[in-house]
Amino acid sequence: MSILNDIPILSFILFSPLLGVIVLLALPQHRSNWLKKTVVIATLIPLILSFWLYAEYDKQQGGAAFDERQSWAEIPLNKETQAAGLSEFKFAFQYELGVDGLSIPLLLLTTLVSAMASLAAIQVKKRWKSFFIWFLLLEMGILGVFLARDLFLFFILFEVTLIAMYFLIGIWGYFNRERAANQFLIYNGIGSAIMLTAFVILVNTAGFRIDQIGDQVSFIYSGSYMDIFSNLSNPEAWVNLAPEQIGTINPFLMSDTMQWTLFIMLLVAFGIKLPIFPFHTWMLKVHTEAPTSIVMIHSGLLLKMGAYGLLRFGLLLFPEQARAFAIPLAVFGVINLLYGALLALRQQELKLVLAYSSISHMGIVLIGLAAMNELGLQGAVFQLVSHGLVSALLFLIVGSIYERTGTTELGELGGLARSMPFISGVLLTAGLASLGLPGLSGFVGEFLSLLGLFETQRWLTAAAVLGIILTAVYMLRAVLKITFGPQRDDYAALKDARLIEAVPMIVLLAFILLLGCFPSVLTDTVQLGMDGLLDQLLATRAGG
Amino acid sequence: MYEGVSFVPLTWTDMLYLAPEFLLAAVFIVLVLLDLLLPKRITRQTIGWLTLAGIAASLLLVLLRMLDMNEGGVSSEAIRLLANSYRIDDFASLLKIVFLTGTGLIVLLALGSIRDDEAITDRAEYYYMLLPALIGAMMMTSSGNLVTLYIGLELLSLTSYVLVGMRRKSGLSAEAAFKYVVTGGISSAMILFGMSYLYGITGSVDLGSIAAALPDALVDFKALAYVGFFFMIAGFGIKIAAAPFHAWAPDVYQGAPTPISAFLAVIAKGAALAAVFRIFYSTLLMLQDENAIVSKDIWLALLVLAAAAMLVGATAALRQKNTKRLLALSGVANAGYMLVPIGISLSVVHSSNFSEFIYYLIAYLFMTIGAFAVVSTVSRSSGNEELKSFAGMYYRAPWTAAAMVVFVLSLSGLPVSGGFFGKLFILLGAANAKAYWLVGVIVLSSVISYYFYFGFVRQMFMRSGSEQGEIRVKAETGIVIWACAAATLALGLFPGPVMEWINAIFSLQSDLMINN
Repeated sequence: MSILNDIPILSFILFSPLLGVIVLLALPQHRSNWLKKTVVIATLIPLILSFWLYAEYDKQQGGAAFDERQSWAEIPLNKETQAAGLSEFKFAFQYELGVDGLSIPLLLLTTLVSAMASLAAIQVKKRWKSFFIWFLLLEMGILGVFLARDLFLFFILFEVTLIAMYFLIGIWGYFNRERAANQFLIYNGIGSAIMLTAFVILVNTAGFRIDQIGDQVSFIYSGSYMDIFSNLSNPEAWVNLAPEQIGTINPFLMSDTMQWTLFIMLLVAFGIKLPIFPFHTWMLKVHTEAPTSIVMIHSGLLLKMGAYGLLRFGLLLFPEQARAFAIPLAVFGVINLLYGALLALRQQELKLVLAYSSISHMGIVLIGLAAMNELGLQGAVFQLVSHGLVSALLFLIVGSIYERTGTTELGELGGLARSMPFISGVLLTAGLASLGLPGLSGFVGEFLSLLGLFETQRWLTAAAVLGIILTAVYMLRAVLKITFGPQRDDYAALKDARLIEAVPMIVLLAFILLLGCFPSVLTDTVQLGMDGLLDQLLATRAGG
Repeated sequence: MYEGVSFVPLTWTDMLYLAPEFLLAAVFIVLVLLDLLLPKRITRQTIGWLTLAGIAASLLLVLLRMLDMNEGGVSSEAIRLLANSYRIDDFASLLKIVFLTGTGLIVLLALGSIRDDEAITDRAEYYYMLLPALIGAMMMTSSGNLVTLYIGLELLSLTSYVLVGMRRKSGLSAEAAFKYVVTGGISSAMILFGMSYLYGITGSVDLGSIAAALPDALVDFKALAYVGFFFMIAGFGIKIAAAPFHAWAPDVYQGAPTPISAFLAVIAKGAALAAVFRIFYSTLLMLQDENAIVSKDIWLALLVLAAAAMLVGATAALRQKNTKRLLALSGVANAGYMLVPIGISLSVVHSSNFSEFIYYLIAYLFMTIGAFAVVSTVSRSSGNEELKSFAGMYYRAPWTAAAMVVFVLSLSGLPVSGGFFGKLFILLGAANAKAYWLVGVIVLSSVISYYFYFGFVRQMFMRSGSEQGEIRVKAETGIVIWACAAATLALGLFPGPVMEWINAIFSLQSDLMINN
């Protein structure tokens, strides 16, 4: 083994952006060069650490060695209504971090996209210092969401991203920034509120456990994901004991209705973030109003938090409900896919084309999840990573184009390939990756997801394939309109990408190619960690 | 003759136990005399600092008494004075610490803001009148007897009326004082009326005796008991400004000097909540069998009041443009949050109501006083209290704006702040007691409140105001702002120690319930 076992590498990854924040706070406002260097370095540290983690993870065949668990807030409860002799009665919120095959690809995606976005971020025009601080806090929040293994730690870091995004959109966005920020806050606030309600109920029922060491009996409400997970799947746990079995009323019992309610609540909470069809209006505003680097993060990473939460909390905690809900979930996926694609076809604004395209691609993730089999889950995770890379790249390009032409209306753009061959080339490749051309990353995710669903729902899969065709149409329509065709005179003198723009484009593109050509780089890792998770989903399937 | 009213004379040992209150009273009298005797040219700020010193000394005495009492662990017995009409126990001591700290911060805030308020003519009174109000609040937490409690309540109320009208040159202040006198009078009358029913059916004003006599009394006088309790709920509802009894709050908070608004929001509200806690738990918890229905109904009434306060407070504040009125309505919603742990009562699996309540009260104290301090700074520089005056604060006072962000996060219940954990504990308690509808109401009202709380952030960071000059923060106000911000963050990062401490000393049996 390595020294990795002794140092808390996950904490280092989580807090390295915070280190950057502290340095930024200490630097004077007018030293813009230092500030910029700090923010880039602060995103590079977690990037390097997470790649190291990835390498070690593969060697060790799993992530258990990295788990960190510290008691953080232990809230003692009044024991006077309990039987005498109870030694402890408390809420236990842990500082608990962990990685598995599901979170490690997303962790890697986060550090990568954040580092690339930081290169775009340093071109921000006003109030650098506070922009960088919020930017790094946002990254920390996202990293924490993928690392946290305690419900309330997860919630807190989830909210950190909400607050940071509110500031980032509201101050540095485009013309309608305040409206976009408010809408973002309220919509996601509702989502988090529903999530918090579900978590609070989970901790109060499924989180309850009794520890007995000698005659020391402790009643503990645990916020730990693993505790809740194992309690829910253990028929002997208090949460599953019917009153007839134990002879007294059981205040911790979770009835079927309650399980369904919680499942639906989690579905809605994370569905807003994903976003699932009727809840998507806020994200269109964010996509059009937020500054380039933030849209890269939003489209590339924040939407993934929704899918991740849905999988980790919705499907894995409530596999029985998930299985029963597979068809509606697949239908939602297909609706997302078709609705997004159809509307993308009609948009005249490039950012909206891409926003609807994101909705459409998230539909594929839902389809993969709804398949409830190994192929589908692999496809969903792959699609998350792939879409993260592709959409970050696309929005980076949109930012570059807007900076030069001052517009993102399809009608006013055209013939950019002549003056900006490099950017146009990257745009074309990214567009092809987005529509799922074999050899680029988009293909694998779509293919696996649809293949997975085909095993269970053939007709829905057939409908979904229609969406893939539409994707090709709207993507090519937009890309071709921009790059080819007659060039406006005033666009002739536009400069191609500067080095600082080209670097993130090349890096992102390289990863898109890598994943497209060697999907096993990712799928092996996912599979490695997924085996246990999948067993959970499938075991109840065989049993129930 | 008068059952439960004590005519036992005060002994020297009693005086020792009552030292914190007596000290405040003595300081009050000395300051009144000083104000009379000192020549005009000596600034009245001195009186303010002396008030602060008196409060600090009293706080020290309360702490010493508390440490001394708790050497015996959780179950240490309460000290009963004057035939059980006055109790020194951990419930009272913890709340006294909160009130003393809060008033201390408010005096500091007043010291920082008074120089600019031309409307205040009697500067010395402005400080020392806080002392009797504080004594009243402390009496309310310590009383084991309805009469003592009522005296404390009136002491607090009457001095508050004066304090609200302190800005004599301002029409708004006079209006506020008048409105507060009228509604406050109605409220006191209702409380007294309700108490008289309890006395009528149980024959005693001692809370312990009432608890003992209530089961028998309920056999014949169930309806009268309801009347008594509901009148008390309505009366205290006005004092804590819980909807639908909140209509006075925005007007009064707006007209009163800012530090006094903070005093009403934190200490007056907290004391009334503490009284509700004590009276209702002492008298209702022991009801059993068919009488349990009565207590269930009353708990439900408290919860409905809480839900109404949360929803009405949050929605009414949505369109509010005046910062002090906005904070008043925020106080309405917060009164609702604090009623929740009281109203969900005890159950087999849930009995931590008091720690939830006091944790939120502490968080509420810091975030509210902090927000009022920022408001007083901003309104001083812009000359009005409109939300718009916060515009462009990022440029004018970046650090104060950052502190305000902490208060806004805490008020809206977002991490990382004391308000988040306070709300989380209340939520966990409500879910624990299976009051899921209430959980829904709490989170719903929190989300609604995001909109108006973040109105501060919108103004501070996203708009630019007409004024450009740097906002200067007075040293005293600065201390208040930063102490409150630091405390709010600390409560949000490490909620454990405070809760552990409370749990280590507080016991429902010996510290809250009053029985003979």
